Amino acid sequence: MVLAGAFFYLFAALLLASGLMVISTRNPVHGVLFLILAFFNAAGLFVLLGAEFLAMMLVIVYIGAVMVLFLFVTMMLDVDFAEMRAGFASHLPIGTLIGAILLIELVLVVGSWVIVPEIAARPAAPVPAGLTNTEALGMILYTKYVYFFEAAGLILLLAMVGAIVLTLRHKEGVRRQDIAAQVARRPAETLQVRKVAPGTAIFPEQGGKA
Amino acid sequence: MEIGLAHYMTVAAILFTLGIFGVFVNRKNVIVILMSIELMLLAVNLNLVALSASLGDLVGQVFALLVLTVAAGEAAIGLAIIVVYFRKTGSIAVDDINMMKG
Repeated sequence: MVLAGAFFYLFAALLLASGLMVISTRNPVHGVLFLILAFFNAAGLFVLLGAEFLAMMLVIVYIGAVMVLFLFVTMMLDVDFAEMRAGFASHLPIGTLIGAILLIELVLVVGSWVIVPEIAARPAAPVPAGLTNTEALGMILYTKYVYFFEAAGLILLLAMVGAIVLTLRHKEGVRRQDIAAQVARRPAETLQVRKVAPGTAIFPEQGGKA
Repeated sequence: MEIGLAHYMTVAAILFTLGIFGVFVNRKNVIVILMSIELMLLAVNLNLVALSASLGDLVGQVFALLVLTVAAGEAAIGLAIIVVYFRKTGSIAVDDINMMKG
């Protein structure tokens, strides 16, 4: 139990420190790398909470796919990031003010808030005994919450289609297959039967005249 | 001292505040704004999972899975918009994005 507490403080401190670095670092590439560190530490906290499936999801899907996408885009854009930081000092007071007010509110909420015992006694999907977290999640995700699962799939499909539609561009001068034009061809438009007299030839550059 | 729900929720609250703070102080850099939004969504997920573990209710983790999905979609679409905008104008300064005069 002492060890779990020590790991909680380790993960929480690293999570918050890397979160602070994300928003304050000068180079956005470093910011993305700190965000990856933050997600790793959040995955550690998830493991401490017993949510191993979500922890692995965070590491594999989030760090493996989304953060790498972030990293690619940040490196691909050739932007003068030093110039982007120009307003940092002038925005600091209002940001600090709003952040401080929000933090005080949230801490007050966390500090004064209790769970009604009747709610705690009747969970909507109680954790089944003797199953691992992944098995338990699978038992309800594909049965009771299958519509949510399919909605999540639709959201991902929408994101994929949207991202492709937004970033797809046709380069000039590249020949592409036009299937509709190919299918719509008729023999009458493309074929001609000519009689060629002996000793003569048909030259296409002369308009096909013998 | 036993690590309880309040500890996790305090960490999530501080992380959410960091995300809000990041949106306000990095008003020019839209990539850092997107990263701040990711931090906020992570804080929300941490809250959901902590409550799920504390109440012994798996629905919180199902919902956290949905939040993760939406966050991934949001990141993909947001980055695509940034790439398209960068191709068009050669910069990603948020101050200049008033083409639509909305």
